[in-house]
Amino acid sequence: MSELFHVSSNPHVRANHTTGKIMGMVLIALLPASIFGVINFGVRALGIIVISVATCVLTEYIYEYLMHKKITIFDYSAAVTGLLLALNLPASVPWWIPVIGGIFAILVVKQLFGGLGQNFMNPALAARCFLLISFTGRMTSFTYDGITGATPLALLKNGESVDVLKMFLGTTGGTIGETSALAILIGAAFLLWNRVIDLRIPGTYIVTFAIFALLFGGHGFDLSYLAAQLCGGGLMLGAFFMATDYVTSPITKRGQLVYGCILGIMTGVFRIFGSSAEGVSYAIIFSNLLVPLIERVTIPKPFGKGGEKF
Amino acid sequence: MNKSMERLYNGIIKENPTFVLMLGMCPTLAVTTSAINGLGMGLTTTVILAMSNLMISLLRKVIPDGVRMPAFIVIVASFVTIVQFLLQGYIPFLYESLGIYIPLIVVNCIILGRAEAYASKNPPVASLFDGIGMGLGFTIGLTAIGIVRELIGSGTIFGAQVMPSFYEPVTIFILAPGAFLVLSMLTAIQNKVKMRAQQKGKETKIGSGCTGSCASCSSCSMSGKKE
Repeated sequence: MSELFHVSSNPHVRANHTTGKIMGMVLIALLPASIFGVINFGVRALGIIVISVATCVLTEYIYEYLMHKKITIFDYSAAVTGLLLALNLPASVPWWIPVIGGIFAILVVKQLFGGLGQNFMNPALAARCFLLISFTGRMTSFTYDGITGATPLALLKNGESVDVLKMFLGTTGGTIGETSALAILIGAAFLLWNRVIDLRIPGTYIVTFAIFALLFGGHGFDLSYLAAQLCGGGLMLGAFFMATDYVTSPITKRGQLVYGCILGIMTGVFRIFGSSAEGVSYAIIFSNLLVPLIERVTIPKPFGKGGEKF
Repeated sequence: MNKSMERLYNGIIKENPTFVLMLGMCPTLAVTTSAINGLGMGLTTTVILAMSNLMISLLRKVIPDGVRMPAFIVIVASFVTIVQFLLQGYIPFLYESLGIYIPLIVVNCIILGRAEAYASKNPPVASLFDGIGMGLGFTIGLTAIGIVRELIGSGTIFGAQVMPSFYEPVTIFILAPGAFLVLSMLTAIQNKVKMRAQQKGKETKIGSGCTGSCASCSSCSMSGKKE
C-alpha cells in the first residue's frame, strides 16, 4: 500500500457551479428582455433598472455590514432581485418607487428571514405586490409611445381584439421587462441550454394555464385568444425567471410538477375570474407559501424502501 | 399600595398583553388602522377589564368552580353592553369605526385570561389594579401600532397632517398586511430594548419561578402545584 487514498464523504462528483455563476447566468439571460425594455420605453426604463439594482445591492451591503455578516453582494443574487423588480415596474414610475421596492425586497423579505436561501417568498415579487397594493395608481398606469392606455391583457379581458404578433414581439404597453415574449424566450433558452433551469416548472405552469384558459376562458378553442393570454402580461417572465427561483420552489421532482400545476390554475383563476387582468405575481407568491407543504408530501422514496408488497 | 403598583408595572411593561403575551391579536390587528381607533379600543377594553376583574374578584367565593366560565362571560358581557351603549350615546364616531369589535370584547382572551388567571384567585383591589395595568398595557400597544400605521399609511397622526404634502401614503400599512408588519417591527424593537436593559443588570424579564399570575396559568402544569 504505497498509494495514499483521498477519503471524503459524498458527493464525490461536483458541478462547477457556484451561486455567483448561476446568478451571473440569470443576469445574462435577463439581458435581452432588459435591452428590449430600454429600446421600447426609452432611457427612463434604463434609469429605473439602474436605481433598482443599485438599491438592492446597496441595501444588502449595508445590512450585512451593520450586522457583521458575510458580505454576499458578489454572488449577484441581490442584483438579480433588483433587475427582476425593475422589469416588473412600469417605466413611468417615479424614481423613489424602485428605491422603496428594493429596500423592502432585500431588507424585509430576504435579510430579516436569514438571507439568500432562507427567504420564503420571491423578494422581487413580494416587493412588486407591496408596491402594487400601496401605489395602485402609479403601478397600473402604463404609458407607451406617449399614450397612457390599457395593457393588451386588460383589453382582452374587456373582450376587445388585440394584435398577437405585437404582443409576441413586445411593442405594446406593460411593465419594462414583460412585454416581449420573444426576448424572454431567448433568455430562457440560454438558461435551459446551460441547465440553470429545467422545463419542469415553467412547462407544467404554462401547459396547465393554457388548459385552464381553454376550459374556462369563455372563448372555446380559440388559438389567437390562447396565444394572447400566453404572450400577455407577466406570464412568460414569471414562468421562466421567477417561478423557477431555487429558494422558493420545491426541490423534489414530483413537487415541481405539482407546483407548476398550482401556479397554472391560480394564474388562470386570478386572470379569468379575478377583478384585475393580471395575476401572475400573486399566483407565484401564493404558491411560494405552499412550497413547504408540497415538499412534505412529495419526499422521494429511498431505493429499497417501500415499493410493492408481494 | 405596593401590590397595586406592582400589578400596574406588570401589566404595562413586564407582561404587556400586546408585545409580550401576544394576546388579543384580533382587535390588535383589525382596528389599529388609525391612532384614535387604537386608543379608543384600548381604553374601552381597559374599562371593561378593570370592572369585570373587580366584579369577578368580589364574587370569586360565590361562583361555583364548575360553571365559572359561563359566569365570567355573563359578567363581562354585561359590562360590554353598558360600555357599548355609552359609546353609542356619547362618542358615536368611535362606535361607528370600531363596529363589530366592541361586542367582540366579550370574548377577548385578555379579559377571560385575566379573570381566570388572576381575578378569580386574588382580592378585589389587586384585581382591579391588575385589570387597569393590563388594560393600559393593551392601550399603549394598540395606540403605538395605530400611530405608526396611520403615520405611514395616511401621513397623519390622530387625524392631524404631519407628513409634508409631497409625501405619498403607503396604503398597504392601513390594510391587513401592514398590521402584521408594524406589530412585528414594534415587538422586535421592544425585545431589543429589554435585552439591552437586561444586560445592564435591570431585571425586567419574568422570573423562572411560577408566580401564579401569568395568563397561561390555567393551562400550565405548574399552577396546580402552587395551591
